[in-house]
Amino acid sequence: MQYTYYPGCTSETTAYEFGRSTEAACKALDIELIELKDWNCCGATSAHSMSLQLNYELSARTVGLAQEARLDMAVACPGCYQRVLNSDHRLRSDEAFRREMEQVLGFEYNGQGRIRHLLDILTNDVSLETVRQKTVKPLKGLKPVAYYGCVLVRPPSLTGWDDPEHPALMDGVLEALGAEVTAWSHKVDCCGASLTLNRSDIVKTLSNQLVDHALEAGANCLVTVCGMCHINLDARQAGQNLPVFYLTELMGLAFGAPAKDVAKWMKKHVVDGRPLLKSLELL
Amino acid sequence: MEAMTATMTTPAPISVADPTFAWTIQARSHEPVMRCFYCQKCSIGCPTAFAMDYQPAQVLKMVQLGQKGALLKSRAIWLCIGCETCGTRCPNDIRINNVMDVLKEIALEEGATPAEKTVYALHRSFLNSIKRFGRLHELTMLAEYILHVPQKLPAEIGIGWALFVRGKVLHLWSAIKERGAVRKLFDRAGL
Repeated sequence: MQYTYYPGCTSETTAYEFGRSTEAACKALDIELIELKDWNCCGATSAHSMSLQLNYELSARTVGLAQEARLDMAVACPGCYQRVLNSDHRLRSDEAFRREMEQVLGFEYNGQGRIRHLLDILTNDVSLETVRQKTVKPLKGLKPVAYYGCVLVRPPSLTGWDDPEHPALMDGVLEALGAEVTAWSHKVDCCGASLTLNRSDIVKTLSNQLVDHALEAGANCLVTVCGMCHINLDARQAGQNLPVFYLTELMGLAFGAPAKDVAKWMKKHVVDGRPLLKSLELL
Repeated sequence: MEAMTATMTTPAPISVADPTFAWTIQARSHEPVMRCFYCQKCSIGCPTAFAMDYQPAQVLKMVQLGQKGALLKSRAIWLCIGCETCGTRCPNDIRINNVMDVLKEIALEEGATPAEKTVYALHRSFLNSIKRFGRLHELTMLAEYILHVPQKLPAEIGIGWALFVRGKVLHLWSAIKERGAVRKLFDRAGL
């Protein structure tokens, strides 16, 4: 299975372990990720906060880079995914915008590749059956709550592959990995996202509520697919000590990634998840 | 019923401060703001409403009534994080985050001082980093941000340190080759 791949800026820095484990998990599933050449930042919250047009145009360049390959584009970061998805939708539906972008950025839009999130690819292209078969170390005893964050499955008119209020696909993947998924009602409640450094009071309130809800539900860890959510939930805890994993880290672990690779990812977290994994004999 | 009628005063006629404002917002955001019938689902679901001066439904109502001055000076427009909860739940399909974004744009165009200075400072530093390198470089972005709002340093040094010791922010920038193309987009946006 081949996809073009848009890693996003944080995959090399604050979400380093997300980037590396995404690559490892995809390799184990025979997903070939072809990184877009010379990709640029999507602008994240800051671009659309200062200029809606700049936000569309930055991601139009990304979409342009992928046209020649005529493959679906895999994106792991929900922020990048939403920005690029919005821009691709506009390129598809607004002819004047498409023509202008083709001229300004020098590409030809054919729209043959769609913008896809990893979770959608895992469930609908790879299949949970394959995930189950590739699992050599079932995550027995791990009781995660699946946290999707706010923008991964929204707006539903553009995403369309999961329920926008109570999504289920990550729960499915975790179950296929052998984890005992814990039910909870806060899968898409926002963590405070980009207010992390400028209004950290708000972020602490929202993120700590989520961590508390996870503990109330009886979870022993929280699983996310977002670098921004990970920082807010992992590094802003008020002593709850709840490990926060990336889904891809757990996939790597279950698919039998070398222990030293897993350790390299896990040591990046503020709340160390290794004692929990060791107590369950998963590490 | 009779008692109720007796205590009711004659309501003042609704005055629309700037009748063109709602249409401007509608045209720029592509969102049908006039459809809002004030069910308030957006206000109830908004994660940051507790910190806002006007709730999302109030913002829409103020747009309808042309209360431009108050909106451009509001905290609410800067505290919207674009989580899309409101737009997902709106029975009239108004993606309110797009409305909030257009309000911020107009505030900046018209020189209104952003009510949330630190939020604005972070966006500015973030975008400058992309303009410079084509991608985000966290260390220089953070340095620029702190230069603008040094008062935030004591509160954020802890998390900065926690990420620093884990090797998460100490990286060289990876500038893209076609920085010119990205700069061109910034020039087009006047940023």
